[in-house]
Amino acid sequence: MMKRFVPRIAMMGAAGLIAAGLLQACATAPADDADVRSRAAAMMKSSFKARGQAQLSRLDQDETQRLCSEYANRPLPPSVAEKIQQANLATVRFPADGKLVGDWKAGERIAQSGQGFQYSDNPQTPAGANCYACHQLSGTELAYGTIGPSLRNFGKLRGFTDETRKYAWSKVYNAEAFTACSNMPRFGHQSILTEQQIRDVVALLVDPASPVNQ
Amino acid sequence: MERRNRRPFAAVIAVAAFGVAIGGAFAQTSAVDEIAKYRAALQDGNPAELWEARGEELWTKPHGPRQVAFTRCDLGLGPGVVKGAYAQLPRYFPDANRVMDLETRLVWCMVNQQGLSQADATKNTFGNGSQQRSDIEALAAYVTSQSRGTTMNVSLDDPHMRDMYALGEKMFFYRGGTHDFACSTCHGDDGKRIRLQDLPNLTKTEGAQKAYTTWPAYRVSQGELRTFQWRLNDCFRQQRFPELEFGSDASIALTAYLAARANGAAYDGPAIKR
Repeated sequence: MMKRFVPRIAMMGAAGLIAAGLLQACATAPADDADVRSRAAAMMKSSFKARGQAQLSRLDQDETQRLCSEYANRPLPPSVAEKIQQANLATVRFPADGKLVGDWKAGERIAQSGQGFQYSDNPQTPAGANCYACHQLSGTELAYGTIGPSLRNFGKLRGFTDETRKYAWSKVYNAEAFTACSNMPRFGHQSILTEQQIRDVVALLVDPASPVNQ
Repeated sequence: MERRNRRPFAAVIAVAAFGVAIGGAFAQTSAVDEIAKYRAALQDGNPAELWEARGEELWTKPHGPRQVAFTRCDLGLGPGVVKGAYAQLPRYFPDANRVMDLETRLVWCMVNQQGLSQADATKNTFGNGSQQRSDIEALAAYVTSQSRGTTMNVSLDDPHMRDMYALGEKMFFYRGGTHDFACSTCHGDDGKRIRLQDLPNLTKTEGAQKAYTTWPAYRVSQGELRTFQWRLNDCFRQQRFPELEFGSDASIALTAYLAARANGAAYDGPAIKR
């Protein structure tokens, strides 16, 4: 009813305001997005319950997890990627004795095992790295996943050098140091594997005798 | 009621095991072909029918202190209407002032119409072999079977639903835990596998449609019929998260997100999976 009496000029003014409002909405989209993100995080906190070793603190994000979630379905700006990689590279620790390469046979067992850190897992049993879930490694294991790249001939292709060994150690320790928002867990940084287990996994990758390099 | 021919399960599973063994011996693509054949073989005699039949019986039987049947339960299309109801869930229910998925709505009817306590209604949400049968799984099997062939049509017109969809989307990409996993870690890319298991890309329409329309499903490896609530619960376990609570807001938000992304596809459950 009111509409009929609204002067034309006012209608145009209103249209202008709506258009301006839309522009404003677009400009402030990240703020709305942040609101949805924070409400989603709060909703998760009230929808999960601690069970076994998986406490509610597992829902708390560190800076890397927060940024990678925020940019999950839009392009990651190079400056953010650089920031994530720098911060994660700074976490990489090499063993005090300088020994980076362990036993590839133990490494193969760790690569095959997906046990560890689920609330259904026994926390006393050593965790696996579940490498085969995502990567091809040894030529004889056909049941490998494809979420990560093939690691066949990892050492052979890169050369059996100090540089390769250091890279393998660092990558297993904290994959985010090299690829921001990688799907790969940070096995050393998050204390998923022990120092000796990382040595053994590194051996699987870089030992000339490992089936990965046959 | 239409029922597919049922074969003796032992014979079907023997064929299946043979198919998988052959698959392992051949190259990867061949393994995938063999698994597809094995699924096709099992489709002829899906044990989910046993859950559907039990659920149909439960649906009409009086329950709880008030001795009320589910025929009074409104799944969104009116009291007792099951035909096509699942294809429009989750949805906002004004009587509960909440967005609900099928399982949550069943529990709501058990509590508010049949007079069960929340604790009793949610005692057996997931079955565990002969030790613990779940009425919710059986009811879900029956209700979903009554949407087989119906086009998924989950409306986002209601602002509550739009909000849950938006929250579910954020959850899908939420990284956390010791392993930095999100749903999108495994379900955000085309053509990926975990070990030999194909992973649907749930960020794409085809992937979401194929995955969502085939739950609930009879899981051969578990000998159980599993609901979508179970699917989410067990994904988060493997994500190394704490336990997703049955019927929680987060479980409904994620279901709303995935169900709406499956819109346009014909619902095809309860299905059968490895």
